[in-house]
Amino acid sequence: MLQRRPAVVLSALALSGAMVCALARAADAPVIGLITKTETNPFFVTMKEGAVAEAKKLGAKLVATAGKADGDNAGQVTALENLVAAGAKTILIAPNNAQAIVPAIKKARASGVMVIALDSPTDPVDVVDALFATDNYKAGELIGQYAKAAMAGKKPVIAMLDLLPGHPVGAQRHNGFLKGFGLPTLEAHSNELARPPEVVCMADSFGDRTKGQTAMENCLQKNPDINLLYSINEPAAAGAHKALKAAGKEKNILIVAVDGGCAGIADVDRGVIAATSQQYPLRMAAMGVAAGVEYAKTGKKASGYTDTGVTLIAAKPQAGVDSQDVKTGASLCWGKK
Amino acid sequence: MPSITFRRPPQVTLATLGPFIALILACAFFASQSERFLSAQNFSLILQQVMVVAVIAIGQTLVILTAGIDLSCGMVMALGSIVMTKMAASHDLSAPLAIACGIAVTVLFGLVNGLLVTKIALPPFIVTLGTMNIAFAITQLYSDAQTITDIPEGMTLLGGTFVLGQTAIVWGAVLMLALYLIVWFALRETAPGRHVYAVGNNPEATRLTGIATDRVLLGVYMLAGLFYGIAALLSVARTGAGDPNAGQTENLDAISAVVLGGTSLFGGRGMILGTLVGALIVGVFRNGLTLMGVSSVYQILVTGILVILAVATDQLSRQGVR
Repeated sequence: MLQRRPAVVLSALALSGAMVCALARAADAPVIGLITKTETNPFFVTMKEGAVAEAKKLGAKLVATAGKADGDNAGQVTALENLVAAGAKTILIAPNNAQAIVPAIKKARASGVMVIALDSPTDPVDVVDALFATDNYKAGELIGQYAKAAMAGKKPVIAMLDLLPGHPVGAQRHNGFLKGFGLPTLEAHSNELARPPEVVCMADSFGDRTKGQTAMENCLQKNPDINLLYSINEPAAAGAHKALKAAGKEKNILIVAVDGGCAGIADVDRGVIAATSQQYPLRMAAMGVAAGVEYAKTGKKASGYTDTGVTLIAAKPQAGVDSQDVKTGASLCWGKK
Repeated sequence: MPSITFRRPPQVTLATLGPFIALILACAFFASQSERFLSAQNFSLILQQVMVVAVIAIGQTLVILTAGIDLSCGMVMALGSIVMTKMAASHDLSAPLAIACGIAVTVLFGLVNGLLVTKIALPPFIVTLGTMNIAFAITQLYSDAQTITDIPEGMTLLGGTFVLGQTAIVWGAVLMLALYLIVWFALRETAPGRHVYAVGNNPEATRLTGIATDRVLLGVYMLAGLFYGIAALLSVARTGAGDPNAGQTENLDAISAVVLGGTSLFGGRGMILGTLVGALIVGVFRNGLTLMGVSSVYQILVTGILVILAVATDQLSRQGVR
């Protein structure tokens, strides 16, 4: 029996080897690396698909990798190093941790690699060559303005389902929403969450449907009169809606969110979500890949912050607030239609 | 020294060579796929990438050898890294003192784990499940969920490199290899080392021979804490920051490395050098697949298959022995 082990391990390796061999390799095209936050979040799956398509169009080779979980910094550091070793001249990264990734990015840039942040900024921002991202503060502001108009003077009792502690994207959307609603708030660069008295419940949803549902259940326990819900994204909003429905309160509440995924837009169409700020991962990816190819061809690096755009999508437009209808949102949405 | 002689840890057999063969085959495969794989620089890179998990896995191996398990390893490591960076950044402690504070906290967690396992006879799985959550919560509270980047230079010295031939090697990787050699020697050649195997093989028989099994267990959990503290220092040196969200994947990665290295989850059997090989297998796959341009999901897939095969062969060989 003791003799069995090497044989088993051998056959396992042969199997996995054969599997990996089946994937073709390209040669001599410029290598562009993409490091997303996780391999499973639909937003980043879409971003990766967009990058692969653009790379194919422009004749580049895209190597995509990711952190193992949301917040996994060590995994992204490893990915950065491996991509430099793999000969990537441009690396696109959506940082899991805005600060902890900084030394690894500096090291990569020192070896002549152009690094572009996608979706989320680094802290400080200018550690990377360029940033292609949604203006998350503005995304929050848009749904705040919409909510203000839709509430039509009704006294707001607000619940806020946030992302996770210490995440700049979560703080920007949160504070932007309050700004749009005309409540006291913090500036765009702040990493803290403002809490005016109108906000009766704040909970971390981790952008997750199940955790969003639990958070909303607890918020309703705390204050059954909540009539306005801000959600960090649409999956958390969908979970919260489930909690509201179970409590028979889904009719008396206005839900706004950020993201613009196809499932989210469908929820806007169904009236589950009143309005959402749509962002564009495909555009971020395509712009990043194009910048990488440009750098490989001409040596010209991208620089500065490029706003990849955000659009308010609402089924019922409000006077004085610019929005697009569900049809437009669906044509531009990401994820599975 | 004790007059009782214990069975030596298993000699090198074809079975114990399994992990080494797997590692060599994986390297050969990736070398054939990417001309960039087979370079001293790349191997140095892999060593540096696995060093944190590999040092955590030393502690984990000791615990598993006693037929226990430590689910708290990654979170305790993260807590240690936060304590040492925050001590330096917010309380202006010198780097050595701050590092000592961080390691003291991880050893303290080891002590708590050990006391709960020995004095109240709680199952290690449950004890460390609890301390894992406690360590995570304290990490978040103590750091305000903020990354700590303002750290003294002395704390990142192990992330520095020296040049050997034309290859830059990270000091931390050298420390990691040295720790493996020390533990390898201690487990093989010293009485306490052999006691660890004995406790894992048959705690009751070991107790009857007059060995204080509780003291051995307590020592093992505290030593494990010490290694998590050293891993915390390596993590800070490598990333240049104290990251409150670290440790979440290291937890299971360390257990995978131990199992891939051929240490039995039933205790009493295993080789510390196998654990190093186990960690390297995971690192080689991550590096090699990235060099080939293959999604890292395949690394997770391959690791999963290998872990099950490793445990299955252990189980089958146990039945064979019986």
